[in-house]
Amino acid sequence: MRPSASERERDGVGTRWPEVAVALFLLLIAVLVVKDSLRVGIGWADDGPRSGYFPFYIGLLLFAASFTVLVKALRHWRRDGVFASRAQLTDVLAVLLPIALFVGAASLLGIYVASFGLIGWFMRRHGRFGWPTTAAVAAGVPLVLFLVFERWFLVPLPKGPLERLLGF
Amino acid sequence: MEELNNLLHGFGVALSGPNLAYMLLGIALGVLIGVLPGLGGANGIAILLPLTFTMNPTSAIIMLSCIYWGALFGGAITSILFNIPGEPWSVATTFDGYPMAQQGRAAQALTAAFTSSFVGALFAVALITFLAPWLADFALRFGPAEFFAVQLLTFCSFVGMSREPPAKTIAAMMLGFALAAVGLDTVTGTLRMTFGSTELLRGFDFLIAVIGLFGIGEILLTMEEGLAFKGKSARLGARAVWQTWTQLPRYWSTFLRSTAIGCWMGITPGGATPASFMSYGIARRTSKDPQAFGKGEVAGVIAPETAAHAAGTSALLPMLTLGIPGSPTAAVLLGGLLIWGLQPGPMLFVEQKDFVWGLIASMYLGNIVGLLVVLTTVPFWAAILRIPFSVIAPVIIVLCAIGAYTVHSSLFDVILMLVFGVLGYLFKKLHYPLAPLVLALVLGDMAEASFRQSMLLSQGSLAIFWSNPLVASIAGLAIVLLLWPLWGAARDRLRTREAASAVGDAQ
Repeated sequence: MRPSASERERDGVGTRWPEVAVALFLLLIAVLVVKDSLRVGIGWADDGPRSGYFPFYIGLLLFAASFTVLVKALRHWRRDGVFASRAQLTDVLAVLLPIALFVGAASLLGIYVASFGLIGWFMRRHGRFGWPTTAAVAAGVPLVLFLVFERWFLVPLPKGPLERLLGF
Repeated sequence: MEELNNLLHGFGVALSGPNLAYMLLGIALGVLIGVLPGLGGANGIAILLPLTFTMNPTSAIIMLSCIYWGALFGGAITSILFNIPGEPWSVATTFDGYPMAQQGRAAQALTAAFTSSFVGALFAVALITFLAPWLADFALRFGPAEFFAVQLLTFCSFVGMSREPPAKTIAAMMLGFALAAVGLDTVTGTLRMTFGSTELLRGFDFLIAVIGLFGIGEILLTMEEGLAFKGKSARLGARAVWQTWTQLPRYWSTFLRSTAIGCWMGITPGGATPASFMSYGIARRTSKDPQAFGKGEVAGVIAPETAAHAAGTSALLPMLTLGIPGSPTAAVLLGGLLIWGLQPGPMLFVEQKDFVWGLIASMYLGNIVGLLVVLTTVPFWAAILRIPFSVIAPVIIVLCAIGAYTVHSSLFDVILMLVFGVLGYLFKKLHYPLAPLVLALVLGDMAEASFRQSMLLSQGSLAIFWSNPLVASIAGLAIVLLLWPLWGAARDRLRTREAASAVGDAQ
């Protein structure tokens, strides 16, 4: 017997909510595009089409397409597929949050220190490596990256207090 | 025979010492990118692109295109040995490749896969060699209306040929166009959709989008699937290679059919992934023994690999001649050309002969080098995959962040990359196609420029798109492709109605 929609809902998330959320997000963008095109002008000036001429129709098409998706999702509300199970979503968040923290840390501490943290956290949490291995890899990778980018390609990457302390 | 002379000259360019070294480096990096999940041809090249800004454009494109060939080869290794497609276009290779590896025929499957990739690419490069100059010559006569019609054809064929719902394909595409329009409008000097933000003045760079959508998005998907590498080990001896090669000529018809499918799907922007699926499906349907497919049939490896590589290679034909890339990776390469100050399109063949023919010659050489490299180094790549994902994943994330940062040396871009990563994950899960989004983002400004110029010529009348037979037939074809899903839906509905009435009659 196939589990009913409500039963599946309990151990996971159905597709309908993400589906509606993404469609609404696209609708919002469409409205922004149309509004801004109207602001800069969608008609003709003396020297040709104005700046909003082309994006205006892009906005309208985006509106129509995402509206269709939204209506379809609402009409098939009961026929729901599985988006992801609870456990899967936890796994995704367990990666997404560290990435977000990493991006935030990169601007404060520099990308090398942030990389050390990210690799270390991943290896401890997901790989269950011992401290020595974790420390070696987490420190080694940023060091190699430093040599490749700053020394070899002469591309400066964001640095933080630690690099300043070391005199870079 | 001007093409052959040009090609010989191109070989001279490609065979110079440093270019040969860049070729080898590119292939090695490409196979690595192809093997690692989360790093693909498109975002791998996007990450490395900023490092080539200071290089000579010919050497840079040779290295970057070789990364592409390497990635096409590399995808097969993980599919066959680990049942994990390293690239989306090698998904179909797992169907028969992995069963073969389980039966202890991994060497045979790998040899067949590499060889068919090579054959597919070779045919596609030959096609480029002889068709590209002719197409470029033809396109020299194009006006803005013709160019817009070709771009329209590109985007309509996405809607018509996509396996995803048409509304979602259009939505993804229009999002790409909308993002491309953000920033300074170079024609009138007006700021569009920046909403007072200085960060948005630059607009959305497609490199950031590619790194986020394909790189971070893929990592999130991989984490969700809970990846564990349990692979077959492989040794690829000269004997096994030779034995497989003696059997391959029997599959000449599979090769030919798959090459044709691949070239067609590559030139029209179907891309390598649908080409590989279509080729696999047709190979099974036309086989004498369809039941053997999925259980370790060699033809089931040959068909998708040939088509994927043929499509991946021929995607460069419209990119070089018309400035319209046939795949996301070709779109990234096109972005590279623009950054190096080369305008892709018909004039490239007139003004930058060294560059174009050096690149085409490097496609021949790169694929030969690629075949030799993968045949000799399989165990090494398989060993890399035994590194746990918990080590590979954060390193890939760090590389993506660095790649996004180096495009404009901006930390805001790294945040954007993360946003695109989440969007990529959601889009993948909800079956929005990513390729039209990326292509629209790359081509947005060009499409808008040619549309505006056409409108200027015609004083705002759409009639310019059927004002002469050439533009009318291109635009007509575009409309047919756009309406193709409607026809399919109508046919299905008719069929179910007939079936329903037949059931009704029986009662």
